[in-house]
Amino acid sequence: MFEISPAEWTAILLSLRVAVVATLVATPFGIGLAWLLARREFWGKSILDALVHLPLVLPPVVTGYLLLLTFGRRGLVGAWLADHLGIVFAFRWTGAALACGIMSFPLLVRPIRLSIEAIDRRLEQASSTLGAAPWQVFATVTLPLALPGVLAGMVLGFAKAIGEFGATITFVSNIPGETQTISSAIYSLIQTPDGDSAAGRLVLVSIVIAMSALIASEWFARRATKRLHGN
Amino acid sequence: MLRVDVTKQLGEFSLEAAFESQGRVTGLFGASGAGKTSLINMIAGLLRPDRGVIALDGETLDDTSKGIHVPPHRRRIGYVFQDARLFPHLDVRQNLDYGRRMNRLAVDPAQHARITDLLEIGPLLDRRPGKLSGGERQRVALGRALLSKPRLLLLDEPLGSLDEGRKEEILPYLIRLRDEGIPMVYVSHDAAELRQLATQIVMLKRGRVTALGGVKVLA
Repeated sequence: MFEISPAEWTAILLSLRVAVVATLVATPFGIGLAWLLARREFWGKSILDALVHLPLVLPPVVTGYLLLLTFGRRGLVGAWLADHLGIVFAFRWTGAALACGIMSFPLLVRPIRLSIEAIDRRLEQASSTLGAAPWQVFATVTLPLALPGVLAGMVLGFAKAIGEFGATITFVSNIPGETQTISSAIYSLIQTPDGDSAAGRLVLVSIVIAMSALIASEWFARRATKRLHGN
Repeated sequence: MLRVDVTKQLGEFSLEAAFESQGRVTGLFGASGAGKTSLINMIAGLLRPDRGVIALDGETLDDTSKGIHVPPHRRRIGYVFQDARLFPHLDVRQNLDYGRRMNRLAVDPAQHARITDLLEIGPLLDRRPGKLSGGERQRVALGRALLSKPRLLLLDEPLGSLDEGRKEEILPYLIRLRDEGIPMVYVSHDAAELRQLATQIVMLKRGRVTALGGVKVLA
């Protein structure tokens, strides 16, 4: 019964690829934004903060539709990217990664921001009196101390990305081998007669992935506390 | 030579201080809340004066009328904080080496050996700050500041968080340092401590300088 078919493997591997790429590309932006929100005061900060959290509260189908309008072939950004850089998102796995990256962004940013906020700023002051320029303070004190939070955010973002459904299917549809992730494969299977056992296997796979991610994230959070206490 | 002539408003508290110091160890003396820490934070560049001038050995570090403010990392002023502030993610060796790396100074094993001997922190090199006692932490902080090769060393109540026994443990190291000749500004509310260490006193009371001179002004 637990024999994963080639088609199911395709969906699982595609989901992994989409989630890994989405997480890796989103992380530097997430770190930058988390630092900005944790450490800087500027006009429009609360608007930016709300914007980051928007995908969390907006119906995923709305996010997907907005992506389609913006990054679709005829979308404002999509058309420009396709014409000038040859990057196409619509109905490609890259589009799935974009949708997953945006949907998981709030979950990625939050732990990073919290861990940056928890860093004793007096350590950063000490670093600057020892001759560290602001970027060196960031690279040698802020980032290493925030690292467990960064990893926790990446794990959470990854888990969210791998399970993303609404925005992805709205934006890039459900094309086997190109944009059909675990979630959209399950969705197709439960609408087909005799699809139950295959759907069941994929459900199990996604539960295992999500559980491992949560346990890993918890482990990183514990390490963060230890690290900040200097043991 | 250090020249300070600054004003700074911090909420309800106003700081207005001017002094010149030629001494090797300038003792900044006053009760808590007198503005001592704010004043040396300005010397370090961590706090910007509202108005005034700070100059060290003829180099202007702050001059608000000319819009000059040299950021802390370009001042080459070492700072030993009351709470040590060692980097928790680095071991003692890496903490000591931090200033050299940031300033891209050449490795100087002789200097390194001299400082670790002077402060007797050789046996601690592989430990994390979390595994050090208060006195050990303060010695490492002192070594870390010295190894960044500062031209002036600021010490903010470096014995303040230690009990009597520990103070007696650190004081001899500070006296050795003074005799090495590195210029220092030493903040304390403890007259006895300053009598042992300082060569010149700046007395601070509620944000104003009330006395200047040799250690006899402490009497």
